[in-house]
Amino acid sequence: MRNKDAKTMTTSTPWKEITPGGAIYDAGNAEDFLTGDWRAMKPVWIIEKCTQCMLCPPTCPDNAIPVEDSKRLDYDYDHCKGCGVCFKVCPFDAIDFVKEDE
Amino acid sequence: MPIRERLSGNEAIAVAMRQINPDVVAAFPITPSTEIPQYFSQFVANGEVETEFVAVESEHSAMSACVGAQAAGGRTMTATSANGLALMWEVLYIAAAMKLPVTMACVNRALSGPLNIHNDHSDSMGARDSGWIQLYSENNQEAYDNMLQATRIGEHKDVMLPVMVCQDGFITSHAVENIELLEDDKIKAFVGEYKPEHYLMNPKEKIAVGPLDLPAHCFEHKREQAQSMINAKKVILDIAVEFEKLTGRKYDLFESYKLQDAEVAIVIINSTAGTAKTVVDKLREEGVKAGLLKIRVFRPFPSNEIADALRHVKVLAVMDKAEGFSAVGGPLNADIRAALYGNADGIKTVNYIYGLGGRDVRSDDIETVYRDLLEIQKTGKVGADYRYIGVRE
Amino acid sequence: MGKLVEIRWHGRGGQGAKTAALLLADAAFNTGKFIQGFPEYGPERMGAPITAYNRISDDRITIHSNIYEPDYVVVVDETLLTSVDVTAGLKENGAIIVNTEKSPDQVKKYLKGYNGKVCTVDARKISEDALGRYFPNTPMLGAVVKVSGIMDEKEFLTDMKSSFAHKFATKPEVIEGNMKAIERSMQEVQGL
Repeated sequence: MRNKDAKTMTTSTPWKEITPGGAIYDAGNAEDFLTGDWRAMKPVWIIEKCTQCMLCPPTCPDNAIPVEDSKRLDYDYDHCKGCGVCFKVCPFDAIDFVKEDE
Repeated sequence: MPIRERLSGNEAIAVAMRQINPDVVAAFPITPSTEIPQYFSQFVANGEVETEFVAVESEHSAMSACVGAQAAGGRTMTATSANGLALMWEVLYIAAAMKLPVTMACVNRALSGPLNIHNDHSDSMGARDSGWIQLYSENNQEAYDNMLQATRIGEHKDVMLPVMVCQDGFITSHAVENIELLEDDKIKAFVGEYKPEHYLMNPKEKIAVGPLDLPAHCFEHKREQAQSMINAKKVILDIAVEFEKLTGRKYDLFESYKLQDAEVAIVIINSTAGTAKTVVDKLREEGVKAGLLKIRVFRPFPSNEIADALRHVKVLAVMDKAEGFSAVGGPLNADIRAALYGNADGIKTVNYIYGLGGRDVRSDDIETVYRDLLEIQKTGKVGADYRYIGVRE
Repeated sequence: MGKLVEIRWHGRGGQGAKTAALLLADAAFNTGKFIQGFPEYGPERMGAPITAYNRISDDRITIHSNIYEPDYVVVVDETLLTSVDVTAGLKENGAIIVNTEKSPDQVKKYLKGYNGKVCTVDARKISEDALGRYFPNTPMLGAVVKVSGIMDEKEFLTDMKSSFAHKFATKPEVIEGNMKAIERSMQEVQGL
């Protein structure tokens, strides 16, 4: 094993340095892969309308709704892909879904 | 002191597995390899090994369990034949690509159809491009010896590839013959402990295996895998030297039998090589310069070494116990011809398909092949170079 | 001995012809020989004709084909004489050993003009007397050792006794019966 760190497996890594079988010697490294720039639409949290019912966080496929002390926080826009599922599930119109450039 | 015994080929493999004492064996029974997991599960039940025996519901699951267990860090083994091997197909490639040195006893049997339980090489020949190292065995002794060396070869850090140890179904798997075994402690010392560099159950290292591999990296991974197969040749030879010191039995990439000054020769795999040796002896008594090359290592294919060994031969027959349905000959023929091309040109070469579906191969059949070669040598005319022997015309 | 001895067994599924071939291989192995013992697998059903083979030699045996020109043929079930070509390829200086109450002369007419030695032994009677049941394979084993002379008779008997002691560790009562069956068969085989 020549290269211990999966993060350094770039598109210019030569075969002699690549990890055999594609193994990744790291965990939780999905966080390093920023998917925020995939977004065309973005959710906007309207804090005044939010009841903290906690329906939205588990629906997020990207763990982009951080939760602390049983309360959701504002979006992690580095990872939110703008799928809009949270907007759909919110019963209180506390999430808006707008064009990325607005 | 070696232990003088008499065992069938399947018993010999099961004994080797007992002596190696792998962490996990996952297998599903299929004729003619059934006896291997059967004997081995008795060793498990008797407490003679510490192995976790996984009685899976199919061969696909058997190979999948082996992949999981080996990735977890265990030394893993299985046994199968024919359609069992075919059902493992997709997982064979995964084991190889994930660089997991699983060891398999493959008891060669005709791949259906037509439905047939007897010996030919169509099962393992079909798996020749799967990325597994393939070792072939003439008899029970070679099956045992190859099995003992297989774990060492596969687990070597320059290799890390799965290894298939093949022998002929029924012909050697079910024939009781003399064999020399090694003492358990000697094998334990020879095989050693499996200490992978990276494995899932290692609490000190985070690891993810088998991820999606897109065009940006997959090509590099395949190149790396190919290098392991290239490296395997030297490792196989090094371990053979070590094994010879232990047992006195010499192993190479192939066996040359009276080949050095041979003018007519055949290339052959597994048990029929033994039958052919008796024919070579007979022809030698008549003054015929006959020889034989028996393949032990088919993957990696020892192309240059074979060309060197055959260079002086005038007329050559390549014996395939599997059809390739290429309409021009069998799989061994293709590789041998490629080895000779540009390396040892001018050898008149013919291919014979023989023994499919368990058709017994008599010494007379082999003698006919040598007589054909002598005729070609005499007349200089090759004629048809893709032939069948032993089939009803 | 120096030469290779080849033996072909004909029996029916369930009669123990394969086991007998393996026992013979075992016994010869124990006297220091190189051996092969292998069955020809077909439809493995009770009653179906089966063939098993032995090669015994002082030298390592490399040939791996069936046996086409045996030195000895053992017929464990005489009803096979009319349905299977039991003497096919059998060497004239060899012998055929048939389990039957008939005499060698009476059996000859079934053997398609085979001119070699014909031996018979009533394995059914011996087995039923000695074991109380019909297990023809052990008496046939005794007969083939007697007729072929492939190993020292005393050594063979000693070896059989110890292998039965091992095989029948849980039912020692059958050891003596089996030994008696072998010994009687060696004495009673006709046509030597």
